[in-house]
Amino acid sequence: MTRKQRRLVLIGGSLGVLAIAVALVLNALSGSIVFFNSPTDVIEKHIAAGSRIRVGGLVKDGSVQRGDDLRIRFEVTDGKNDVAVRYQGVVPDLFREGQGVVAEGRLETGGILVADTVLAKHDERYMPREVVDALKKSGRWEETSGAPPGGRTR
Amino acid sequence: MIPELGHYALVLALALGLFQSVVPVIGARANDAALMRLASSTALMQFVFVIISFGALGACFVTSDFSLVTVVENSHSQMPLIYKFTSIWGNHEGSMLLWVLILSLFGALVALFGGNLPASLKANALAVQAWIAVAFYLFILLTSNPFLRLAQPPIEGQSLNPILQDPGLAVHPPLLYLGYVGFSMAFSFAIAALIEGRIDAAWARWVRPWTLMAWMCLTLGIAGGSYWAYYTLGWGGFWFWDPVENASLMPWLAGTALLHSAVVMEKRNALKIWTILLAILTFSLSLIGTFLVRSGVLTSVHSFANDPRRGVFILAILVLFIGGSLALFAWRASVLKQGGLFAPISREGALVFNNLFLTTCCLTVLVGTLYPLALEAVTGAKISVGGPFFNLTFGPLFLMLMCAMPFGPLLAWKRGDLLGVSQRLMAAFAAGIAAVAIAFAAEGRGSLLAPFGVGLAFFVMAGAVVDLAERTGLFRLPLAVVVNRALGLPRSAWGTAVAHFGIATTLLGIVGAAAWGAERIVALKPAQTVSISGYDLSFDGLVQRPGPNYTEQLAKFTVREGGVVVGVMQPSKRSFAARAMSTNEAALMARGAGQLYLSLGDLNADGSIVIRLYYKPLVLLIWLGAVVMMVGGALSLSDRRLRVGAPKPAAKSALQPAE
Repeated sequence: MTRKQRRLVLIGGSLGVLAIAVALVLNALSGSIVFFNSPTDVIEKHIAAGSRIRVGGLVKDGSVQRGDDLRIRFEVTDGKNDVAVRYQGVVPDLFREGQGVVAEGRLETGGILVADTVLAKHDERYMPREVVDALKKSGRWEETSGAPPGGRTR
Repeated sequence: MIPELGHYALVLALALGLFQSVVPVIGARANDAALMRLASSTALMQFVFVIISFGALGACFVTSDFSLVTVVENSHSQMPLIYKFTSIWGNHEGSMLLWVLILSLFGALVALFGGNLPASLKANALAVQAWIAVAFYLFILLTSNPFLRLAQPPIEGQSLNPILQDPGLAVHPPLLYLGYVGFSMAFSFAIAALIEGRIDAAWARWVRPWTLMAWMCLTLGIAGGSYWAYYTLGWGGFWFWDPVENASLMPWLAGTALLHSAVVMEKRNALKIWTILLAILTFSLSLIGTFLVRSGVLTSVHSFANDPRRGVFILAILVLFIGGSLALFAWRASVLKQGGLFAPISREGALVFNNLFLTTCCLTVLVGTLYPLALEAVTGAKISVGGPFFNLTFGPLFLMLMCAMPFGPLLAWKRGDLLGVSQRLMAAFAAGIAAVAIAFAAEGRGSLLAPFGVGLAFFVMAGAVVDLAERTGLFRLPLAVVVNRALGLPRSAWGTAVAHFGIATTLLGIVGAAAWGAERIVALKPAQTVSISGYDLSFDGLVQRPGPNYTEQLAKFTVREGGVVVGVMQPSKRSFAARAMSTNEAALMARGAGQLYLSLGDLNADGSIVIRLYYKPLVLLIWLGAVVMMVGGALSLSDRRLRVGAPKPAAKSALQPAE
């Protein structure tokens, strides 16, 4: 084989692997990504029932109902609109009424989200950014509540 | 006084860094040995000053000096001493100080142990190292000063995030940074080579030990982080495809590719330009990782606080270094001479295959990590790209790479014989197929994926053994000769086989834990029993227990297997008053290579407690495999040719013939 042919084999091989990778990425992107929505988005965008989404906001005060076999129902609110969520399993330690939450699952007819994942914030100081953005959009975000405590002097 | 001392020491380190950025380069241009030698002294002094600075911050944390903002926000007088110490890097400012500490450590190591480097290469490499250091000193001093004082110090601090109050914090960040920052050595040497316009096989021999060392630390660091997340997050997952994890995986993939391409360069004097590019890309990915974690574009356990100025500053560093080095590469790469011809089917060809797949794997991870950020910036739509995406892209590519893995070390340099290698791998094929059959029979369900994964793991493990057996003549020659040959084998050959064995071990663990695990989530009252995979756990009761800075609710479970008590598991929930937070301490019990995993959920009003119980077969192999990989790296690092050091430029004949 000449040097040129070897180089062609090399370049051909690289392009081949790259093509496989691109095909895999495009295939995965079309099937396995999940869009994030605020409760207002869910209502206003008329998201089709059966689609997989993430909803973020605050757990509405007084909305949490616990049932048998670790079933739980709650509402996620951004201050304007609410979305009901159904979940079976253990909710995170920091899941509380009035606190930030992100739920991921399938939207059913009637606008109920059947969640398979519920995430709460991991630290009492910070909100999930998605929740902050959802609250900002609905105008219910107070800058002061998001700032870390303890003023910086000097 | 102490904080000011630390602050001042950091400013002095910056001044030294600025000096070291310029003078050695001038020295190398003018061929002035005295100016070039200055680089070593300044590198050592920089390290001393950064140690002083780091020590000062450490002293403030250990003595709970609440006049410092970082100490107030991240420490508490009642925390155990180890967490007071580890909270130095359990926050943004301190972790950046650790970053530059390790950077200056590597600079000092080159100054001390780089005696056999050509003077100009050493001077230039240390200058490049200083450019990086200056950028990060400025970043710390201008945007993230850990020595910021409070006018009115509070009496008590706000405590370290309880999730971080774990021995994992003592190990995971330093190891990870040793890896990340260690790749800066390969980068600095690559840029120095481009500046000089000269590169040869000896260059690869100088760079390889540094890269290997960084790679070993990164391997352990990632595995340590994974195990930490596994036992602390309470649901038994060991890898989450979280952007921050990806940020550490990408340099690992690129660094692994770099290790392999440097072999080709060292032995065959080929792939020079590619190796240089990989060295640049590997460190660039480390910088991207630092940007993703430290800028606040992502929210995760790892991002401590958000300040937009910091993001912009790191982005500027990123653009400057990645853009600058790639521009230099485009300008100078053509100067480097190509050499070393090889056929596509050869050891070199196999290593190119390895590089191709590793970089493509890395690319898919990069796309999955950055696509959501880019999409949000452009369209405002928020998406999450999680496990399913990576399982469909990274997964197949990496499995293809592993299928080819046993072939590489058996192929000859220059021109290999694929058929001959396949014949020699017959035993490995047999082991793989037997494993598939056994796994399929044991599983009894339809899915072929898990048995295939097990088969692949056994194929690669057996392939590594075959490789060693072929080299030592095992089963063919008398035992004494075999032992003799095994002792005479280069350590790097042992390293290759052991590291390949390690990655297969990890694969086996992943397949076992993911495919054959069992999960129970139930509410239990005292004296009730729950069963999983042949084990019965009875809930004995709940007790309160005080800790140093928390109170703990400890649940006691007796574990029986076939009616026989095999042990006690005590998961707990800790409540930290200082942060009004609680953490979950899972209880683990090793059963062979598998583990029982038990963590607590909510306490109900009726006295029952929600538990999450998992049985994860083979799960320990995931991390054991990483340790084996690290041992392989260490064996390779101890290879005589690296230990003795590179020969002086005159002795270039030391290029060993192909084995």
